[in-house]
Amino acid sequence: MARIELNEIAHSYKKNPKDDSDYALKHIHNEWKDGGAYALLGPSGCGKTTLLNVISGLLTPSQGRVLYDGKDVTDLPPEKRNIAQVFQFPVLYDTMSVFNNLAFPLRNRGTQESEVKKRVMEVAEILDLTPFLNRRAAGLAADAKQKISLGRGLVRSDVAAILFDEPLTVIDPHLKWQLRHKLKEVHEQLKLTLVYVTHDQVEALTFADQVLVMYEGELVQIGTPQELFENPKHKFVGYFIGSPGMNFLSCTVDGNIARVDGVGIELNDETASLAHKATGKLELGIRPMYLEVNVESVKGSIPATVKTVEDQGSFKVLTVNLSGNILRARLPEDQAVPLNEAWIRFPTQRTKLYADGRLVNK
Amino acid sequence: MEKWENNKAWFLVLPAFIIVAFSAFIPLMTVVNYSIQDIFGPGQSVFVGTEWFKEMLGNHRLHDALWRQFLFSGLVLLIEIPLGIMIALAMPTRGWGVSACLVTLALPLVIPWNVIGTIWIIFTRPDIGLFGVGINSLDLLEVPFDHTAKPLYAWITLLAMEVWHWTPLVALLAYAGLRAIPEAYYQAAKIDGASSWATFFYIQLPKMRGVLTIAVLLRWMDSFLIYAEPFALTGGGPGNTTTFLSIYLVKLATMQFDLGPAAAFSLIYFVIILLFCFAFYQALLNVGRGEKA
Repeated sequence: MARIELNEIAHSYKKNPKDDSDYALKHIHNEWKDGGAYALLGPSGCGKTTLLNVISGLLTPSQGRVLYDGKDVTDLPPEKRNIAQVFQFPVLYDTMSVFNNLAFPLRNRGTQESEVKKRVMEVAEILDLTPFLNRRAAGLAADAKQKISLGRGLVRSDVAAILFDEPLTVIDPHLKWQLRHKLKEVHEQLKLTLVYVTHDQVEALTFADQVLVMYEGELVQIGTPQELFENPKHKFVGYFIGSPGMNFLSCTVDGNIARVDGVGIELNDETASLAHKATGKLELGIRPMYLEVNVESVKGSIPATVKTVEDQGSFKVLTVNLSGNILRARLPEDQAVPLNEAWIRFPTQRTKLYADGRLVNK
Repeated sequence: MEKWENNKAWFLVLPAFIIVAFSAFIPLMTVVNYSIQDIFGPGQSVFVGTEWFKEMLGNHRLHDALWRQFLFSGLVLLIEIPLGIMIALAMPTRGWGVSACLVTLALPLVIPWNVIGTIWIIFTRPDIGLFGVGINSLDLLEVPFDHTAKPLYAWITLLAMEVWHWTPLVALLAYAGLRAIPEAYYQAAKIDGASSWATFFYIQLPKMRGVLTIAVLLRWMDSFLIYAEPFALTGGGPGNTTTFLSIYLVKLATMQFDLGPAAAFSLIYFVIILLFCFAFYQALLNVGRGEKA
């Protein structure tokens, strides 16, 4: 078990990186607690896998140090770190039986055969692989194969953390749920640190205690699923998490009123006072779920034209036009839907202000 | 659902069938025809049944040529396959080195067979050849090197030529097989603490199985059919020590004009190659699948 610290990590695949855009990882400074379940969420190409490989030692970062329990492991190769990694596609030793696959990491480390047998049996039990132990690994289904990849990490008693690189990509949807459930179970049973890389928000939000959102080589927000939803620190988090994503409107701030193409929207006092110090392009952000929609004019509401209504089953998505800006609102099933004109209201506590993509806050 | 009875589609196979008939089946049948007759001249032939087959199967010159052939093809596989794999493992995986290696490797493959023979005659000549003069100037050998002087020298020259000519093919196939292994396998092996031997044995070799099957089959067939190189280099000599099956066959058919025995011999030859290819294919397909199912 280990606490993993990433100390001022930056990595570039180029030999002589010139500016920021040459870096796959820009500036990562973070700590992963022992026994935590973390999800690393971000779009393809944002540097998730690079970061994972830095942690596991497959890649040495251009700058910064990696520490396990305070011990510097930056220059240690993967086999010398107490880490296991599960890849996107199941990696198996085709010619070996399931038993030998699971025993492989132990045998390579010169473990006694009696101990090997004991460990393999234990792990097979946890992963429900016992009936397959004598089968050749190559003939099994994708989910069983992925469990074997995971098992090769679990057999080592010294393993501190398991890293998953989009492990459910090749698994059938109905098995995905089962396997994810299994992962949580393993996590609770063995109290290992798990780091789970994915681009699927549902996977990340259901799996992890802490979600780290990555965007263009940076960790833009770290928090619980709820924090990410309610208080996105970066415009990207707003877009990426939630369905549909957050609404953004370019604005200027005047006192505690934000002006969007002539329409005034009230901000809360704290945001308003901070807004004056903020530099860069200002944008107003609100979750479709929190945007209030009324059929008639109420206090503080603004008229907008209804464009479309999409029925998504348990809720409806209303698209409105507010003086040239498109906004989406998520309405509960039972709420009245305006036909042509909607009166929308921005609840001040839910209305966020972003400067150059970053949340304006303390 | 019941199957729709409509066999008209078979007509679409007809063109392929006709081409195969003319390219393979009919020529083969002519050979069968020759093998059961004694032909004296145009229009003069006698049906002899299986006599030629019996004669050929008991022919000790054929036996000698056959054992020589097995030895040669066996040595070729034993040298070329491991050597090809080693070259492929040593080749660079990125940068300009890749194209340089590929082009250099492919060079021997584009030279015609009989030209190869000529090149090696000159290369090994004891008076002007680089290799011949070079090795003799070291003064290590009791009998100075000359591929016509001793059967061993003739064999060494032939094997060296064959290995030089065809190992690149094995290396290219093995290289293609190696390139197709996803990076994650190597990464997983690293994390599992596998030695480079274990990585080779449990990842690279199993993943190369497909291409190595093709390499073994091609090299077996080609070396079993070898003709032009020994014909150009040694002509089957010294004595009969490099008279392989095809050289003997050509002697029989075109020099002695024994068409009947030669045809029977051809068919036996054909069956041997077919049997071996089948055996190799089955063996390689099932290798490593031996563990309990």
